[in-house]
Amino acid sequence: MVWADWLVSTVSRALAFGVPLLWGTLGEISAERSGVINLGVEGMMILGAFTAFAVAFQTGSPGLGLLAAAGVGGVAALFHAFLSVTLRANQYVSGLALSIFGLGLAGLLGRGWEGKPLAATLPSLALPGLSRIPVVGPMLFQNQTVLTYIGIVLAFLLWLLLFRTRWGVAIRSVGESPATADALGINVTLVRYLCVVFGGLLAGVGGGYLSVAYRPAWTEGMTAGMGWIVIALTIFAAWDPLQAIWGALFFGALYHLSYRLQAFLAPELLKLMPYLFAVVVLALSGFGGARWRRRAPGALGVPYVRGER
Amino acid sequence: MVGRLHAPTPLPSRPALVLLKDITKRFPGVVANDRVTFELRPGEVHALLGENGAGKTTLMNILYGLYRPDSGEIWVKGRRADIRSPRDAIRWGIGMVHQHFKLVLPHTVAENVALGLAGTPFWAPARAVAQKIRELSQRYGLPVDPDRRVWELSAGEQQRVEILKALIRGAEVLILDEPTSVLTPQEAQELFKVLSRMKEDGHGIIFISHKLDEVLSVADRITVMRRGRVVGTVLAQETNKTELARMMVGREVVFRLTKSTCQPGEAALRVQDLYARNDRGLWALKGVSFHVCRGEILGIAGVAGNGQRELVEVLTGLRRAERGKILLLGREVTNRSPRLLSDLGCAHVPEERIRMGIVPALPVEENLILKRHHRPPFCWRGLLRPRAIRSFAHRAVEEYAILTPSLRTPAKLLSGGNIQRLILARELSGRPAVVIAAHPTYGLDVGATEQIRQLLLRQREEGAAVLLVSEDLEEILELSDRIAVMFRGEIMGIVSAGEASLEEIGLMMAGERRSPVRSEGT
Ligand SMILES: Nc1ncnc2c1ncn2[C@@H]1O[C@H](COP(=O)(O)OP(=O)(O)OP(=O)(O)O)[C@@H](O)[C@H]1O
Ligand SMILES: [Mg+2]
Repeated sequence: MVWADWLVSTVSRALAFGVPLLWGTLGEISAERSGVINLGVEGMMILGAFTAFAVAFQTGSPGLGLLAAAGVGGVAALFHAFLSVTLRANQYVSGLALSIFGLGLAGLLGRGWEGKPLAATLPSLALPGLSRIPVVGPMLFQNQTVLTYIGIVLAFLLWLLLFRTRWGVAIRSVGESPATADALGINVTLVRYLCVVFGGLLAGVGGGYLSVAYRPAWTEGMTAGMGWIVIALTIFAAWDPLQAIWGALFFGALYHLSYRLQAFLAPELLKLMPYLFAVVVLALSGFGGARWRRRAPGALGVPYVRGER
Repeated sequence: MVGRLHAPTPLPSRPALVLLKDITKRFPGVVANDRVTFELRPGEVHALLGENGAGKTTLMNILYGLYRPDSGEIWVKGRRADIRSPRDAIRWGIGMVHQHFKLVLPHTVAENVALGLAGTPFWAPARAVAQKIRELSQRYGLPVDPDRRVWELSAGEQQRVEILKALIRGAEVLILDEPTSVLTPQEAQELFKVLSRMKEDGHGIIFISHKLDEVLSVADRITVMRRGRVVGTVLAQETNKTELARMMVGREVVFRLTKSTCQPGEAALRVQDLYARNDRGLWALKGVSFHVCRGEILGIAGVAGNGQRELVEVLTGLRRAERGKILLLGREVTNRSPRLLSDLGCAHVPEERIRMGIVPALPVEENLILKRHHRPPFCWRGLLRPRAIRSFAHRAVEEYAILTPSLRTPAKLLSGGNIQRLILARELSGRPAVVIAAHPTYGLDVGATEQIRQLLLRQREEGAAVLLVSEDLEEILELSDRIAVMFRGEIMGIVSAGEASLEEIGLMMAGERRSPVRSEGT
């Protein structure tokens, strides 16, 4: 019984902790599928976290806070798109700059907000009916906010969009071979802008979740490196939104377990765990026969210039 | 304008399908198109000929909206067309099959065709398009499976996808930029049949090629370009190879190479029972054995993708041999490093010129010494010696007639033929014992082809063992002393060039084994 309880609470917490990872990863998949790598996830998430908290605090509405977080994430991503798509700057440098800038700006703006209590948090809801199923109910359908479910639905929608629609063909083609898409009249720049900005919206919400739902408070650096895990998760999920669900759950569990093990291990070591796993997972995904299927979009990280030799 | 320009026979009721008028396009340092005028009529195949760098692709890219001309006008069916992007070109009924295919390799055929296609449904566009693909491929004889992934297709099949892409968009004008250089002779024949069917439907086809025989047989009219200008337009029936070559190059071109009789020396390269895998982990070489003697050219014929690429890579140390032995000048060199092989006197003219043959952004002079940059006279105690490099480069550029603005020009800016000359100049400079040349004249114009073939023959005369891998059967027959035919990773037979009949080689290329094989190889 003790074990069952333990399992239930672990999965439930892993799911809750996986939510921001899932939102961030779905956003990054959207950007990378169009051929733009955005290393600014950490920055977009922390800006989202602060914005959501501040707006929810002022207005008393966590929903409004999350919307604002999405907006801020989108604007931050727009900068990245402008630099890397229009100006064709190095995408890695631009993304890193965005992360550092976001962390700095959120820290600066958030000075007076640290430790303030948030009255209006995003409520947990128990899904009627489903939450009563033994074991599975408490595991998956209690103590979750609406963002858990929207995130999972979003993963399915994004998958459908990418693999079953005309837009998806265009997005993936732009990510694989922009010259081909261009030669068929696809507006490569527009597609990339939309995908990157959409990714920013999702990352913003992912960050907002942390400060208005998961741990309703603002602390500097509260994303704690999640943005980097998202980058690894995108690869781990092989740029597939459905696999991102499992990946987010898995890394959510790792984060959670590292808290559970606090009594036994040095805290620094625990904090390291997700990263360690990220490295191991990345190394492993380099092996195996499915490499062709699991490979990155062909034009990832490469700016497109028409007619360049 | 130079040369003679046939006054286009007036066709009163039907205006030209496409009229390019006084098109000029400059790139930094070159005028790629200099007041070019070109006309395409409905129901004709109009060939565009010219040396590497003459400006053919540039002109077509302008028509297709990929480049903007500096000046000049485009008229389509009697109306002035302002073509600013491929989207506009498609709207005007122009389709293009590019020299380097523009396909999304990991996607399916149907997805490639559906990309950007107006009128496809939002949901499941690939499925909706698959039906149309089947119809069109029936009608024009272009068999492809819409559900296959493009990377699995042969070059010929990929080209069919490109043509289907254009047809499905309602293209009345089809531009084919060097369509046959990736095809087997049979596939090329198939393509010509498709073209004649399209002609009957009133399509106009612009056909770019370096193969004069082919152009003469398939085209109605031929326009020749040289250094960005139109030299003239002639009717295919009223001209011949020699005249065309003269118009292109500006001098006489010898089509028959003089070749001395073969006097083979000792075996310089020996391959015994070689096994290797391809990039996907499947067997690409299954027990290949042969030898090449000094003073001899061994041609490896075969349809692309039957293990030739892997063979060359294993022989040059770029791919692991899983089994078997390679002996270079009697010394075992299986799975040794490319540098050791090259130091022992093995020269490599790679298949992918730009990716493997040069460092595109480095200047010509540094590309010329890449192979020996670590040895005197180019390097002394770890430091490069610019003066030695420069004087070597000077001599090489002269000897091999490499056309380059300067020694410091980045190699990627040279034309295809000149990049190939650069590679040969580097690889042949140290008197190699073995020369491994993969598709050495692929995509090169007649002049450059002739020169490069002569260079290879000269190596043979000087006592090098030459292994020539090529899909161009004509080239293999012309240069080789013995011919080995590869099929699915095995050698079907080795015949001496004198006794080889085209038919026999064709059969072996299709997988028929010649009976007394093994004795010849090892
Ligand atoms: N994007 C570009 N930037 C700079 N120079 C270019 C560019 N494209 C073409 N050129 C130059 O313009 C000239 C014409 O090139 P183009 O590709 O049209 O020749 P081509 O006739 O198609 O030759 P080939 O037979 O080798 O395909 C060459 O000198 C080439 O170096
Ligand atoms: Mg060309």
